[in-house]
Amino acid sequence: MDTTQQADTDVLELGHHRFRSRLLVGTGKYRDFEQTRAALDASGAELVTVAIRRTNIGQNPAAPSLLDVLPLERFTLLPNSAGCYSADEALRTLRLARELLDGHALVKLEVLGDADTLFPNMPDTLKAAGQLVREGFEVMVYCSDDPVQARMLEDLGCVAIMPLASLIGSGMGILNPWNLEIIVERSRVPVIVDAGVGTASDAAIAMELGCDGVLMNTAIAAAGDPLRMAAAMAAAVHAGREAFLAGRMPKQRYAASPSSPLAGIIGR
Amino acid sequence: MNAILLNGTRTELPAGWRIADLLLDLGYRSRRVAVECNGVIVARRAYETTRLAAGDRIEIVIAVGGG
Repeated sequence: MDTTQQADTDVLELGHHRFRSRLLVGTGKYRDFEQTRAALDASGAELVTVAIRRTNIGQNPAAPSLLDVLPLERFTLLPNSAGCYSADEALRTLRLARELLDGHALVKLEVLGDADTLFPNMPDTLKAAGQLVREGFEVMVYCSDDPVQARMLEDLGCVAIMPLASLIGSGMGILNPWNLEIIVERSRVPVIVDAGVGTASDAAIAMELGCDGVLMNTAIAAAGDPLRMAAAMAAAVHAGREAFLAGRMPKQRYAASPSSPLAGIIGR
Repeated sequence: MNAILLNGTRTELPAGWRIADLLLDLGYRSRRVAVECNGVIVARRAYETTRLAAGDRIEIVIAVGGG
């Protein structure tokens, strides 16, 4: 079938990385590392986010760590600056991430502005993005769904624009498809919905709008059956992408057009 | 003894310890960690040569689950 061939040619380019999967997943909130790995496998994700945190001094150093279940030949890691509230904190965190991962340059920049909503602090996001690009990072950036600031981030040299669809961890879905569509139409770098997806249809809608990928964590980890939801998300992202590439029929509210012939109806 | 701030906690260390001694003591020699000393990243190749001084602020980080 053609789909195999298409899947091979339809790649997502992020910096100097190329991926076949357009579903990016986080590694937080799972029951244990075993479930984390099983969900990642079910999702088919190739690019997975990790957070950078202080070690627990005094805790058994031989205890398993996340990186033990994320072999680097299978997954590309996307270290994030989650939890940072200033450009300086984010820069510090992502520089440590690069050192931790032997010079790995692809990062997810996230500078938060408010602890209740986890909305981004856009002035500091822009400041940190510019500095990271100057330091040779390949920056994927969590941002508001504002087309003007998305363009600013692109102009700074970010390799992907990642607007929220609704609040982080809320599962509220795509609240402003029109803004996302504007960002997608005007962006020359990949646009990835980061945050807000709650179920499979949300992911499909994001992809049908023309987004290049979807990044999610809670939608899978907090599902009743995370592995099953991971597989559902993989199918939804694939279906949404295929529908976008296929080109949907135009919406016509009043031009009713039956699919069956009007001629030859019995009894007329 | 030298008192340093290790991941935010005041910690007493024998004088003259290097980063490598600290990592060995913590059981981190075979673990993938990154180290920052007074806000500056310490490259792995410098663990053996970087001596800790009283008042140093040391951060040791790992990758954990996150979205």
